[in-house]
Amino acid sequence: MLEDRTSLALSAGEEVRVSGELITIRDATAKRLLDIAASGQTLPVDLTGRVLYAVGPSPAKPGQIVGSAGPTTIERFIAYLPFLFRSGVRGVVAKGELHGDIVSAFRDAGAVYLAAIGGLGALLGKQVVAAEIVAFPELGPEALQKFTVRDFPAVVIIDRQGGNFHETARARWRRSQSS
Amino acid sequence: MRTIDVQVLTDTTARLLVDANYRIPPDILSALRAAALAEESDIGRQTLAHVVRNYEVAEAEQLPVCQDSGVTVVLLETGQDVHWTGGSIEQAIFAGIRQGTSNGYLRMSVVGDPLARLTPAGSPPGVIHYDIVDGEGVRLTVASKGFGAENMSALRMFAPADGSGAVKDFVVETVDRAGANACPPVIVGVGVGGTFEKAALLAKKAVLRPIDQRHPRAETAALEAELLKRINDLGVGPQGLGGTVTALAVNVEVYPTHIAGLPVAVNIGCHSNRRTSIAL
Repeated sequence: MLEDRTSLALSAGEEVRVSGELITIRDATAKRLLDIAASGQTLPVDLTGRVLYAVGPSPAKPGQIVGSAGPTTIERFIAYLPFLFRSGVRGVVAKGELHGDIVSAFRDAGAVYLAAIGGLGALLGKQVVAAEIVAFPELGPEALQKFTVRDFPAVVIIDRQGGNFHETARARWRRSQSS
Repeated sequence: MRTIDVQVLTDTTARLLVDANYRIPPDILSALRAAALAEESDIGRQTLAHVVRNYEVAEAEQLPVCQDSGVTVVLLETGQDVHWTGGSIEQAIFAGIRQGTSNGYLRMSVVGDPLARLTPAGSPPGVIHYDIVDGEGVRLTVASKGFGAENMSALRMFAPADGSGAVKDFVVETVDRAGANACPPVIVGVGVGGTFEKAALLAKKAVLRPIDQRHPRAETAALEAELLKRINDLGVGPQGLGGTVTALAVNVEVYPTHIAGLPVAVNIGCHSNRRTSIAL
């Protein structure tokens, strides 16, 4: 659970370590959840106050809790985010950029977006200390899982004040094009 | 005439696929190490240090560097004097992809039917490109193309009047638009000329070319250098967190085209750009 007072204190560009439970989500997972809600049924997990992790891990080797487990691109979830926010989601861990209306949707929902480093699968898999399939096991790597993570590194990209670190960082480092 | 059993393709594809996913190419790892020193932004340097550490740990512990083992792309270059026996070349390579995915604990990231999003048994697990060359030589290249970067690739059919300025702008804008989504620092493969599909294949071959080799033609090498500088001036930086290293390299391939056309394809590779290649 992400407490309101915790998420309000986060500001874009801040480096954080996440410890606690994350609910995994992928394209197929998000579609299943939306279809379930649209048919008037109860979701297989209560998303109130939850933080999602956009990830489809590789299979665990013997002795591993999960295989490689880095973030996937958040842009593909734009269509699902308003529904997920209505269902209570208050944070997303993923990678990649968001621009335009969806940024204010985070602010309106009181939610934050944290980016993990893309392509860090081997290291990030080690920060998952427990994993449990909650729903849709037939989706394989897209099954809905509950991950318990410890000291999982991330950077705040979209904060509750509407800050968007990818935009400010790029503007700061951009040099004029000389062609 | 040289005779080779297709079983060699199955075994080699499986082995190269696992290798590619556990150990990134040495030219890319050394470029990342250099970038981790050269990057001017603090968060960018830290990010690159994490990335290098991920690759060191993956190799030492034999783990997939990334959960997205991508679509396996196989390039088979076979001499015209080679006689393949023992079955279908295509099925032998597909069997190798399936074996490597399973042996290496790699995620099967391919869906058989792109519209229905279902995978019927026996559907192709990867993409193969064939080149017939002179002689008896064979070269097999196996790449894992993650879709964070693949999704940000682009192709445009320019008019000759648009000229090289428009081509350059298109390449730079494609990397700018890709931003953090493509997992920078990226490797940029550019295909200029040919036809619609030839430009795309040139871009794929360009992105898979070692990044410590510039194009042998001086004017193409100069174009690569100019594009790299412009891309690194974008400020995207490692993972889009801001900085001076957005791309590690720009590789360009050029081919004759129609008098009425100027096709340009940009294929983006993430910072692992997994590939292995072997002569058989």
